[in-house]
Amino acid sequence: MLKVDKVSKSFSNHQALTDVSMDVPQGGIYGLLGPNGAGKTTLIRIINHITAPDSGQVFFDGHPLTQKDIVNIGYLPEERGLYKKMKVGEQAVFFARLKGMSKSDAVRELKKWFEKFDISSWWDRKIEELSKGMAQKVQFIVTVLHEPRLLIFDEPFSGFDPINANVLKEEMLRLKEQGATLIFSTHNMSSVETLCDNITLINKSRNILSGNVERIRREHGKGRFSMAFHGDYNQLLQNLGERIVFSELKSLETPDGLVPNNAVIKLQYDVSFKEVIDIANNTVELESFNRALPSMDEIFINAVKESE
Amino acid sequence: MSNLSLVIQREYLERVRKKSFIITTILMPVLMLVLMFAPVMIMMFNKPDHNVIGVIDNSGKIYEQLKSTSLYDFVILDEPADSAIAHQTINGYIVIPADILDAPSSNIRLLMNGAVPVELESNLKEHISSIVENKRLLGYNIENLPEILEKVKANINITEVRLDKEEGESLSSSVSFIISIIMAFILYMFLLMYGQMVMTSIIEEKNNRVLELVVSSVKPMQLMMGKIAGIGLVAITQIVLWGVILGAVAALVMPAVLPADMMNLIVEQRTHGLDPSMIDNYDMINSISTLSSVSYIITMFVWLILFLIGGFLLYASMFAAVGSSVDNVQDASQLNGFILMPIILAFVFTTSIANAPNSTLAIWLSMIPFTSPMIMMARISFGIDMWQIWVSLAILYASFIGMVWVAGKIYRIGIFMYGKKPNIKDLAKWIRYK
Repeated sequence: MLKVDKVSKSFSNHQALTDVSMDVPQGGIYGLLGPNGAGKTTLIRIINHITAPDSGQVFFDGHPLTQKDIVNIGYLPEERGLYKKMKVGEQAVFFARLKGMSKSDAVRELKKWFEKFDISSWWDRKIEELSKGMAQKVQFIVTVLHEPRLLIFDEPFSGFDPINANVLKEEMLRLKEQGATLIFSTHNMSSVETLCDNITLINKSRNILSGNVERIRREHGKGRFSMAFHGDYNQLLQNLGERIVFSELKSLETPDGLVPNNAVIKLQYDVSFKEVIDIANNTVELESFNRALPSMDEIFINAVKESE
Repeated sequence: MSNLSLVIQREYLERVRKKSFIITTILMPVLMLVLMFAPVMIMMFNKPDHNVIGVIDNSGKIYEQLKSTSLYDFVILDEPADSAIAHQTINGYIVIPADILDAPSSNIRLLMNGAVPVELESNLKEHISSIVENKRLLGYNIENLPEILEKVKANINITEVRLDKEEGESLSSSVSFIISIIMAFILYMFLLMYGQMVMTSIIEEKNNRVLELVVSSVKPMQLMMGKIAGIGLVAITQIVLWGVILGAVAALVMPAVLPADMMNLIVEQRTHGLDPSMIDNYDMINSISTLSSVSYIITMFVWLILFLIGGFLLYASMFAAVGSSVDNVQDASQLNGFILMPIILAFVFTTSIANAPNSTLAIWLSMIPFTSPMIMMARISFGIDMWQIWVSLAILYASFIGMVWVAGKIYRIGIFMYGKKPNIKDLAKWIRYK
């Protein structure tokens, strides 16, 4: 669907993107992650054909991205903004027509959306009369109205209250079901786990991690186990010795012994977990021993640390 | 519909539909006309009071010659002056000394109950002086004196004839001067008003963050051009409407307001020209006839609009570059100053240019694109060589193309720059970016 090939972009005194490549498959939701100032917005602008890369290329459906492809893209910028003094309906029609819709189509589709969001009464109101949350809804409609095949959301959840954020999440999943491809950038890692199929993690202008979310979590979760047990945590660590590289006590056993200790450990790469279970069984009273997939948060923080 | 025309349409409709636009468009010409006709109206409706002036003629020779006018009647007093005034049969009286015909200079006393109207004083002076002069001349007993006096009377009138123009199409210098100042002022006003409008509206878009959404569908260069063109069309709409209103007033209202005999002369002048020596106020008739002729108004408006478009495009692209590079209007003041300087400078020059429309300075300033629109407006009503107008226009439009290219380069970088207040150096750097 979309392929970013070794794209670099620099501004007068800083490098925004260095040889970033990315392959966004047709359908599904693609997360673009990274700390502030990593270059996400620059990359998004390049994909939107707003700015041109210094080097590298972007392919849309296999051909180099051109202005014509813009009608197949819907963009929700991080900094939301609409014409304040323009009426909601007129404004939405204007943006729809910029994306190649005819006036009558735009009006018809807009009426549907306005009814769906129960905001039909806003049609003749000016944006400046609406609250921020209301304006966000209008902006979302403007983004998806022309049924683009590729949707790009830059920090879509910022500025939404939890209820509206949930509405947005559902809409995103619905769009995915209908076959659209979504790219969205975010800091909100929990939304990544529930929404994204694939991700790219950018730090300091470079792509440091790319791939399927499930695969990434499994890869980063190799040798990572969570265990619940009754007994002496320190004794356990001592007996395991060099076999583990990382351990963390998540919660402590209650005095009445009803709730067990919880800990996460990570094994040395050549150590089998069978061996570890045996040692644990001999040291403490083991209640459970599971594979523990790391959260995207942890992966994100580790990957950023490692790359620096 | 292309995106460029969509942007133009939005910019245009957003502004033309505004109440403030409709009001200023209708009110301005009305205001201008009121200012122009106010003095005439005041004179027509505010007639001075009718005065009755008593005469105490100690010489006994002046009163019979005094002619009453619409402003004042002269009466011989048949009661003491004080009581006449007290009874309000007279408003005042004059005392003519006995030796008025013989003395080299004499003093007439004018006694008024209240302030003395200025025109009464000067009229009386001239009136009595000429009576005295006539009486004295008669005292020499010259034969055929009345005929001689009639022949001596001079009636001088100056008619300017432009050797480089067809007869009848040129105006007197003073009228041209007024027109040129007005036209230069209109242009100055439009460049400032609409140029700044481009700038503030870009700053507003940038501030609103709506820009990023728009440029995801429209190329920055297209957006900039759309904005300039849209606002430019608003300016043209306004000026054309003004032209139409003024033209309509000239064609419909003028004949109704002007006295019929003057109107006849104007029609005469238009159809086959009048002989200047035959008519007292030929200059005025000619001016009114030219100014109120629809074809003259159209010609002037065409030039005005051509220079307005050129000047606006040139300045608007500079204003656009500045608008794109700053975050708020306050930050723009410094860069804005660079643009305003030539506009204001040109306007300052207009008066002296209109005084000497064919000086070397005038010709040079009307070729430099930054000053040419206003300077040309100051010169054009005097009737200048056509080639100068065309060369000036060509330079103006060529510079606009160059300026738009530069402005576009700044604009596409500037609209994404937040936080830093740029200076001229930064802008120059942005032009060189890929």
